Amino acid sequence: MSFFKKLKDRVTNQTDSVTTKFKDGLQKTRDSFSEKMNTLAAKYRTVDEDFFEELEELLISADVGVNTVMELVDELREIAKLENVKNSADILPVISEKLTEKLDFTGDDSKLSMNADGMTVILFVGVNGVGKTTTIGKLAHHFKEQDKKVVLAAGDTFRAGAIEQLGVWGDRVGVDVIKQAEGSDPAAVMYDAIHAAKSRSADVLLCDTAGRLQNKVNLMKELEKVKRVIQREVPSAPHEVLLVLDATTGQNAMAQAKQFKEATDVSGIVLTKLDGTAKGGIVLAIRNELDIPVKFVGLGEKVDDLQPFDAEQFTYGLFQTLAEEK
Amino acid sequence: MTIAFESLAERLQQTMQKIKGKGKVSEADVKEMAREVRLALLEADVNFKVVKQFVNRVKERAVGQEVMKSLTPGQQVIKVVNEELTALMGSEESKIETAPKPPTVIMMVGLQGAGKTTTTAKLANYLRKKKNRTPMLVAADIYRPAAIDQLNTLGKQLDMPVYSEGTDVSPVDIVKRGVEKAKEEHHDTVILDTAGRLHVDENLMDELKEMKASVNPDEILLVVDAMTGQDAVNVAEQFNELLEISGVVLTKLDGDTRGGAALSIRAVTEKPIKFAGMGEKIDQLEPFHPERMASRILGMGDVLSLIEKAQTNVDEEKAKELEAKLRNADLTFDDFLEQIDQVKSMGPLEDLLGMLPGANKMKGMKNMQVDDSQIGKVEAIVRSMTKQEKNEPKIINASRKRRIAKGSGTTVQDVNKLLKQFEDMKKMMKQMTSQMGGKAGKRKGKGGMQFPFMK
Ligand SMILES: Nc1nc2c(ncn2[C@@H]2O[C@H](COP(=O)(O)OP(=O)(O)OP(=O)(O)O)[C@@H](O)[C@H]2O)c(=O)[nH]1
Ligand SMILES: Nc1nc2c(ncn2[C@@H]2O[C@H](COP(=O)(O)OP(=O)(O)OP(=O)(O)O)[C@@H](O)[C@H]2O)c(=O)[nH]1
Ligand SMILES: [Mg+2]
Ligand SMILES: [Mg+2]
Repeated sequence: MSFFKKLKDRVTNQTDSVTTKFKDGLQKTRDSFSEKMNTLAAKYRTVDEDFFEELEELLISADVGVNTVMELVDELREIAKLENVKNSADILPVISEKLTEKLDFTGDDSKLSMNADGMTVILFVGVNGVGKTTTIGKLAHHFKEQDKKVVLAAGDTFRAGAIEQLGVWGDRVGVDVIKQAEGSDPAAVMYDAIHAAKSRSADVLLCDTAGRLQNKVNLMKELEKVKRVIQREVPSAPHEVLLVLDATTGQNAMAQAKQFKEATDVSGIVLTKLDGTAKGGIVLAIRNELDIPVKFVGLGEKVDDLQPFDAEQFTYGLFQTLAEEK
Repeated sequence: MTIAFESLAERLQQTMQKIKGKGKVSEADVKEMAREVRLALLEADVNFKVVKQFVNRVKERAVGQEVMKSLTPGQQVIKVVNEELTALMGSEESKIETAPKPPTVIMMVGLQGAGKTTTTAKLANYLRKKKNRTPMLVAADIYRPAAIDQLNTLGKQLDMPVYSEGTDVSPVDIVKRGVEKAKEEHHDTVILDTAGRLHVDENLMDELKEMKASVNPDEILLVVDAMTGQDAVNVAEQFNELLEISGVVLTKLDGDTRGGAALSIRAVTEKPIKFAGMGEKIDQLEPFHPERMASRILGMGDVLSLIEKAQTNVDEEKAKELEAKLRNADLTFDDFLEQIDQVKSMGPLEDLLGMLPGANKMKGMKNMQVDDSQIGKVEAIVRSMTKQEKNEPKIINASRKRRIAKGSGTTVQDVNKLLKQFEDMKKMMKQMTSQMGGKAGKRKGKGGMQFPFMK
């Protein structure tokens, strides 16, 4: 498979230091997935319905969207029938090819779009408990290391302890946090924060918001308002709207992506908690259907547990064992 | 993806059309049905292994069954599926153990961000309100930034004591002294909020084991996010194996997830799901209803939950009556007024509608907001109707409309609008509730439905 060869070459040529961490974090993901792919091929000599069913399950167990999986496997069934493929070893390359076609992230750019002349404003959105506040802490650290002046906006005025939590991150990283009292209007906090950040000549303003489920109409409206205020104060802002998704989430992540995209025009995804055993496969379906790229992955709770998403490594990670056999 | 949320009832209906009229459900029929059931469950995030076992059981039961006269084959399969699912979900068990010698110790455990801290406060509130207990909370999360502040804030909201020792002390010591303190101060219940952790984090899982050994909890509740995907089995299995949990709390069920994780967790742990988190506020915890979860997973709408919510303070009889009315769509304006009162006292209408999976798919539902001044108008109009008019809106002719408009200080247009919307609402109720019985045919393309008090 030339694709894998190319991919492999490129990945191996990259400096190890950048990639080890990401790879370590993905180790579990990769092992279980590719191991299973191989067991699958070894187990079934003939390509029959059981074989396809197990392939479906393999992909589904990674939380890849049910539709994506069904479409894919149906295509494979068709090909196997047309070309009269009987032996599972013969269909493996076709599978890899199809998977790659569907799940290919190549060309995605994980770089954040930054404001060329002035302050960059990044808005964080997502459902409850996915890791928005923590990601802001990590990203603040990331920017600070690039000698940027960072300010945080405590836009979650609702959840108990949310303002204090962002405050602790601010202290930890050494950046200012603009806040108001619990219960105040989040749009007003943003307004304040933008002006405070401007007067402090900040390079980056990271805006926290309260977690909200995408089916809560009023809360989604509130979020639209927060975004409008940002837009009004800095016409080119927000420069990124990052949707934070928890890798343990199943099919509902698609609904989250759809609704948040509709409300706030999400520009990228941060996929958190990839250090667990969940695989976050739903981002593949989201990428396929909604064309939202993944920008960062969260690999733990510490300040440096955030890595830029590397599409090739992610794909390679999923199919590593396969690739190495070619 | 849109078709993905078609309810199983609808899907089976389509598949089943073909075999209508046959005497028996054949093996081929069952195979086709099994595929639909499988897809529906997978879309609902039920773990694929659990799905496999489940579908096999349904297959066995369904093959060769006589097609009952009263049911279509599709309905018959739904019945079997529903029965099997309900059996797997178990019966309602929202009981919290009581220690023979107080205090009763409850330990909350789970992954990061699942809702442990929030649920700690909710459970304390529930136990005090419903069971007359006097809980104390213990802040044993020394890792997450401001975790103690979070619990303290919640404690203040509840006016309930929170025991904490800062972040430089081992959680094992904190819970030990916390429980002692509760004993000294005669609290009959103590709830331990622990830090979120991955089930594969050996050090932190060991810490939980030590905590367990040191305070010997009467309940260990695993808190799980209802949106969890296939990984739910791994998480539940591991926590259960290492700690022997006593039950589960499923949070964020106020969302629009199907919540198949519930089924996965039951299947691998066989432990009861005791409570459901229905929102972020401290009073939004409810006993878990397994049979309702079964129909939610299948996407058949949680009409019962909706009705119960609307009737919190009304007796069972009345709830049944209203349900029947909804089903038959013979809702009257009197029921309607009563509903408005309830809607007003119940809080966001969107929460209620969120419980009906079909509802968020309908056009117009998305931009729903209750407009208080409109509610006032609607009430005035209805109050100006005679008893007969309320029961039989059909008789309201032009002269009656004028009288009603005058009596309510509104216009004839307002009255017309309300009458029209009321009819629409009845239709929609009928559509939604008929999904429950599996009778959901093609939805009429009526589209945007508006409650009379919406903007
Ligand atoms: N293991 C792991 N835990 C994470 C990661 N990111 C965040 N967390 C943890 O997840 C929990 C929730 O994180 P928060 O940052 O508070 O999430 P949030 O989205 O801001 O939550 P709300 O504001 O309540 O909606 C915390 O315990 C974090 O430490 C990650 O990448 N890996
Ligand atoms: N909508 C909704 N949100 C909930 C529910 N339960 C908890 N939450 C929210 O979920 C987020 C996380 O809740 P926490 O109680 O902080 O979760 P936790 O498990 O203590 O998190 P860690 O301590 O970081 O592991 C918060 O935003 C809560 O408000 C629920 O039933 N419904
Ligand atoms: Mg937060
Ligand atoms: Mg907590």
